Amino acid sequence: MSVRAIVLPRTHGPARALWLLLGAAFVCTLVFALALACGSNPIPWADLPRLLFAPDASVEADIVHRLRLPRAVAAATTGALLSMAGALMQVLVRNPLADPYVLGLSGGAALGALSAIALGTAAWTVNLGAFVGALVATFAVFGLAGPDLGRVERVSAADPSARLLLTGVMLSALAMAGVSLILSVAPVERLRSMVFWMLGDLSGAVASVPALAAVPLLALLALPFGRELNLLLRGPGPALLLGVDVRRLRLLIYAAASLAAALSVNTAGTIGFVGLVVPHALRLLIGNDQRVLVPASGLAGAAFLLAADTVARTLLAPQQLPVGVVTAMVGAPIFLWLLSRRSVTR
Amino acid sequence: MNPSLLEVDELWIYAGARRLAGPLSFRVERGQFWCLLGPNGSGKTLLLQALATASGAAAHAARIGGRPLGEWPLAELACWRGLVPQQLHDAFAAPVLDVVLQGRHPHLSRWAWEGREDRAMALASLERVDLAGFAGRDVLTLSGGERQRVAIATLLLQDPPLAMLDEPLAHLDLAQQIRVLDLLVEDLATAGRAVIMSVHDLSLAQRVATHAIVLGGARPLAGPVDEILVAETLTAVFGHPLSAHNALGRTWWLPH
Repeated sequence: MSVRAIVLPRTHGPARALWLLLGAAFVCTLVFALALACGSNPIPWADLPRLLFAPDASVEADIVHRLRLPRAVAAATTGALLSMAGALMQVLVRNPLADPYVLGLSGGAALGALSAIALGTAAWTVNLGAFVGALVATFAVFGLAGPDLGRVERVSAADPSARLLLTGVMLSALAMAGVSLILSVAPVERLRSMVFWMLGDLSGAVASVPALAAVPLLALLALPFGRELNLLLRGPGPALLLGVDVRRLRLLIYAAASLAAALSVNTAGTIGFVGLVVPHALRLLIGNDQRVLVPASGLAGAAFLLAADTVARTLLAPQQLPVGVVTAMVGAPIFLWLLSRRSVTR
Repeated sequence: MNPSLLEVDELWIYAGARRLAGPLSFRVERGQFWCLLGPNGSGKTLLLQALATASGAAAHAARIGGRPLGEWPLAELACWRGLVPQQLHDAFAAPVLDVVLQGRHPHLSRWAWEGREDRAMALASLERVDLAGFAGRDVLTLSGGERQRVAIATLLLQDPPLAMLDEPLAHLDLAQQIRVLDLLVEDLATAGRAVIMSVHDLSLAQRVATHAIVLGGARPLAGPVDEILVAETLTAVFGHPLSAHNALGRTWWLPH
């Protein structure tokens, strides 16, 4: 096949980055407004600013503030965390097909959450269970494969991260066996909430303060470490040769991405595809400079999940779909299209 | 007296836990071109990698600028030595210019972005390896030889006093081999650089080397090229009769 010159988006300095991020922020704001306006009780766009910033005693103000605003904030936060975690995990394992759960985090989270549901404890313990499960899985993978983070066997060779990946996959399989066990013995009336949790659901979700704080922190992390992340993407060997402390950097990415994913799971269960599709699609659109890609993933991820959740609660209203179903339905075809495109351009 | 650029004292090369070659001692000064020779599996790559990553015994047995390798912070070491590995595996698409620009990393502060001058330098170094016009190409679409020259351009931009190259000529066509050798030689004087390059073609080594290291014999040898590139030595090391012939004003090595 002839190798044709494809024009890739290139690094063009901080000015272009700023414009890109402002553009993404604008889109994100629009989708946020859309999420507030849409629903079984539509609210005219013109009324939104008044209802938001100077609420009266009307039913509309109540709907916006009590129902839609918390849910929209939760969706935006979760989407942003998942996308940024996905972008970072893709750098860590140097695989564009990685997502925030690639190292077994979702299995641990599901086991924790479903245990709580099965025991019938209070609702908040479900999210806590998920968070604890996610952290346990993270530490377990790190304990088993942690030394690999610092290993650069041969400068030229491919990654040593295969063992890291496999450890994650195996622990996830172990956790999912536990999940299947719980599903098969749990009382029937609790199965529905279990399935909804596993698919990822934003009804009644509230973003916690740590989750909210993690969004800007993660986005800002990309600035001082951006060039090192770009180097790590070329390979641990080349990065080391150009002066990057590979072990320290990988540890940082691992901790940051896992914490972000755990916080998002704590908010809305294991929503799939956001962390995989959003960074991947952005890479094709704006290039692969992590200084732009990570914050832009945050904004685009927030917009994507907001839109998906708006569809999830309006499509079959009054019936509400778990948002994970919508992200997968939209995400999988997009991903397949990207894959087929890739095979053409290579 | 200033310390040598690179001093290696009694260095053993290990393959895992197995001692492969040694003890090796040599001193590299700016302006010298060292060729690293030896049969397959004699430890050429291991030596270069140990020196480049300051790993294992090299952390103590080798000094750059008078300071043991293991005591250098990685970020500072990157301003002293560079390595073009034998092979590179790209997992993600990236424009060639961005890959070359990464050579500037050690020279820029944490918060700095690559600017206009950095870009101009990157384009100039692409031109030196005969890849002008490749700036916008995706690295994943490059041929083996083109990718290798991109790696060399990145090294030129990194601009380390000690440049190490692991079989940089392996994937290059004849004209590009000579072009790369010429530009490496050119920089010895203009950039005050020293080069250590592993290579299989003895004639090409003879063409540019001021010094040579030969691995794979009973003892590793290191010294000025006239003392090392001798027919008896090479014949013994490679296990095949070799002899030198003169033509075109140069010395050429031919297998019998």
